[in-house]
Amino acid sequence: MKHEAIETNVGLMMIGIVIALSFGTLVELVPLMFAKETNEPIAGLMPLPALELEGRDIYIREGCNTCHSQMIRPLRAETERYGHYSVAGEFVYDHPFLWGSKRTGPDLARVGKRYSDDWHRAHMYNPRDVVPESNMPAFPWLFDKELSGELTGKKMAALRAVGVPYTDEDIAGAKAAVEGKKEIDAMIAYLQQLGTLLQTRR
Amino acid sequence: MTSFWSMWVIVLTAITIILVTWVLFANRTQDQNTEGNTTGHVYDGIEEYNNPLPAWWFMMFVITIIFAIGYLIVYPGMGNYPGVLGWTQIDQHDREVAAADAKFRDMRDRYLALPVEEIATDPAVRKMGMRMFSNNCAQCHGSDAKGAYGFPNLTDDDWLYGGTPEAIKATLINGRMAAMPAWGSILGDQGITETTAYVQSLSGRDVDDGMAKAGEKHYQTYCAACHGADGKGNHALGAPNLANGIWLYGGSTEQISHTLRAGRNGVMPAFNDTLSEDKIHILTAYVYGLTQ
Repeated sequence: MKHEAIETNVGLMMIGIVIALSFGTLVELVPLMFAKETNEPIAGLMPLPALELEGRDIYIREGCNTCHSQMIRPLRAETERYGHYSVAGEFVYDHPFLWGSKRTGPDLARVGKRYSDDWHRAHMYNPRDVVPESNMPAFPWLFDKELSGELTGKKMAALRAVGVPYTDEDIAGAKAAVEGKKEIDAMIAYLQQLGTLLQTRR
Repeated sequence: MTSFWSMWVIVLTAITIILVTWVLFANRTQDQNTEGNTTGHVYDGIEEYNNPLPAWWFMMFVITIIFAIGYLIVYPGMGNYPGVLGWTQIDQHDREVAAADAKFRDMRDRYLALPVEEIATDPAVRKMGMRMFSNNCAQCHGSDAKGAYGFPNLTDDDWLYGGTPEAIKATLINGRMAAMPAWGSILGDQGITETTAYVQSLSGRDVDDGMAKAGEKHYQTYCAACHGADGKGNHALGAPNLANGIWLYGGSTEQISHTLRAGRNGVMPAFNDTLSEDKIHILTAYVYGLTQ
């Protein structure tokens, strides 16, 4: 087939483009949808409880993932600083993933339990109070806003539809679990559980 | 990967390579004499040449195909085939870590065998310790170790849990959890004001004598158990010394009242799960050395 044949026939060209582009997806992506490593949660992984789930949504709303990655690559320079490299099984309940690709701030994949709740409060209220060199924005409104919990159960139901094993009790109790809590508490609850399942001494 | 998906990847990859090779060769204008010929397309008087691809360009395509084949033989890529080198990302990481360990572990082990007091002033220890401090401690205690509101200054001689090497090491390994209870509902507003006055008088501040007298009663009933009858604190409980004018949560009337009313629960995280024994030892020496 000479390229004139493709160039002069838009339909044929479209089919050709689709075939050419689909190979990458078919080879690199499709097998992972069925692979054990990417679909089986690691030991101890649980769906996020209601408060942590709301914290995660605040994390997304405030755009934390644009400056903080949640993905420790298997390079010594990273594992020395952040801890055990990230494994696929840690993220099977994450929809969407918050791996990120840009680190203006440090990686947060294993930030859980690294700092005290008080530190997080101080840091989020004004990062310069604890880290004078920091260029992270302050998030003082998290201390005022309260969660209503109206949508928490629905969020859980939606996540269940894509395979996160929330139980009916989780969904029924979601509103009561977060109602009246401050956003900052949800955020800290979310951060404090990040990556705590895999720890290595280094 | 199951053998089905392994085969899937192998077959599709092979098809891709064959296909691009075919596209490359099938469309090659080989006749070098056609240079200057046009494709016959004319638009607004502009014509399109049908020159052959320059040889170096064509060869570059061929080289990328050869590279791809070579890569897939040497490195993993074809399904479950591990590649001639048997390379994996994790294996490379583990080798990097092992190499660094071999380089530094001996040195750190040598320091581990020596008492903290002895190595606290060693320049190498201070250098390593500073790096570890920057990565693990500076976020709360500050890069100058002088602390912040709610996070203790490590460069003065006022210690919450003791400043001996053993105490510092225990703090690092197990972390600390302070538990100053909230006294608001027990003391009431009047009681809080009085106790605040007494606490301030402990460090020689000028306060209303009557208030302080009344506050002393509350203090001896509720506070002395941890902070001591003389207000000098207690390292075993992490109860701060109230008599030296150093305040973790501020020494103003308002701040002390708030501490009394709502309590304080400062937390130092434990590092036993994340730092090895030799690193904790060096870090202990570094922190201990800050005040020597």
